[in-house]
Amino acid sequence: MITYLQNNYPEVLSDLRQHVWLSLVPVLIGALLALPVGFLAVRRRSLYQPIVNLGGIIYSVPSLALFAVIPAVLGTGIVSPLNVVVGLSLYTFALLTRTVADALISVQGQATQAAFAMGFRPLRQLFGVELPMALPVLFAGLRVATVANISLVSVGALIGTGGLGNLFTGGFQLGFVEPIVVGIVLSMALAALCDVGLVLALRAMTPWTRTGARA
Amino acid sequence: MTLTPTPMINYLGYLFDGAHWHLGGDSSIPDRLLQHLAYTLVAVVLSALIALPIGLLIGHTNRGAFLAIGLGNLGRSLPTFGLVLLLVTEFGVYQWPVIVALVVLAVPPILVQTYAGIRSVDRSAVDAAIGMGMRPAQVLFKAELPMAMPLIIGGLRSALLQVTATATIAAYASFGGLGRLLIDGLSRNEYDQIFAGAVMVAVLAICLDYLSAGIERLVVSPGVREPRVRRGLLRRPRASRPATTGTT
Repeated sequence: MITYLQNNYPEVLSDLRQHVWLSLVPVLIGALLALPVGFLAVRRRSLYQPIVNLGGIIYSVPSLALFAVIPAVLGTGIVSPLNVVVGLSLYTFALLTRTVADALISVQGQATQAAFAMGFRPLRQLFGVELPMALPVLFAGLRVATVANISLVSVGALIGTGGLGNLFTGGFQLGFVEPIVVGIVLSMALAALCDVGLVLALRAMTPWTRTGARA
Repeated sequence: MTLTPTPMINYLGYLFDGAHWHLGGDSSIPDRLLQHLAYTLVAVVLSALIALPIGLLIGHTNRGAFLAIGLGNLGRSLPTFGLVLLLVTEFGVYQWPVIVALVVLAVPPILVQTYAGIRSVDRSAVDAAIGMGMRPAQVLFKAELPMAMPLIIGGLRSALLQVTATATIAAYASFGGLGRLLIDGLSRNEYDQIFAGAVMVAVLAICLDYLSAGIERLVVSPGVREPRVRRGLLRRPRASRPATTGTT
């Protein structure tokens, strides 16, 4: 494994770099889309169930099928990297809309009533009170989506853009396990790293959750 | 005069060609579907046989919880495609390495959700069961298990989806099932075949998910069912969402 890395590190590095982009950009896109839709599901309760059901349907479509249908819908080429990005963004969106809605519902209570009584306008109440209080639940969803994306990117190797998945198909074609092991280890390490990063970011963003422990 | 076919007809050609719908044909869609279903069910049943007893035991005794949590985190970050190709490359292009890979992927969600389900049961209900003189096995099967059912079924459902999806990409390693349409279509550059495979796989996954939701309704006691969402009565949702919970 070490000799394999010594001989092939330029390719491995470029696959890793592609993997990072392909997995993290969709998390960002999906999260940005999920925020308004999740918010809408909370404000219009009649939309909650349809939105959650739609997310469930998107989430249950297997990744390769999703990647393969996107060219028919968007008119992209079958091997375009855009297919993977759009597919993973859809997964993230499907997972996070429900998380956003449930997180916002879970913080309704005395704090939001206090904000309302203090004369906070709806938008300020959302960004100043509800979203910060919902951060722990939001981040739990974000962690699941990030880790899932990182493990799914490799499926893209079947349609031309797979990040570390290129090592899997390459190794399989040559009947050679080293690249596959390297790919799996790097992919899991990347997932662990991003997970820890999100935990630390959440800690930094929610100092009030730790006041009890310090006193 | 030449007519260029519209793109839509190109997409649907394979799927709506009657020749692909006979049972037992060389490129039969129903055959692929049945194959896919058989592999998926075998893998999920095997995983359940392994994961359910261990999950119940860990949850009931609360020993080895670190095992359940660690396994859950590990299982989620393991790239499924890599695992399938690793086992096939190591042991040869047979069916059993793929089935083993599918089982390895399906065990963590079932085990973790079973453990979480048993641990989520209200302690006072368990104490009441003990106080009524139930034996440990009765406490587990008559009190803890029924109340843990929603989470356990949730684990089985996510395992089912995971296996359906992974069996699709396993076609790359000469595995049968609906994935063949996608992989063969990709290698021959026939988009209508790819599209047919994608549609069939997606429909299968959605149907399986709905079917298991129906089974969940039959199996879960009405008393512990998640409170239904009614107009304006939406309370704090309980932490029993299979796909999103379970992180620590």
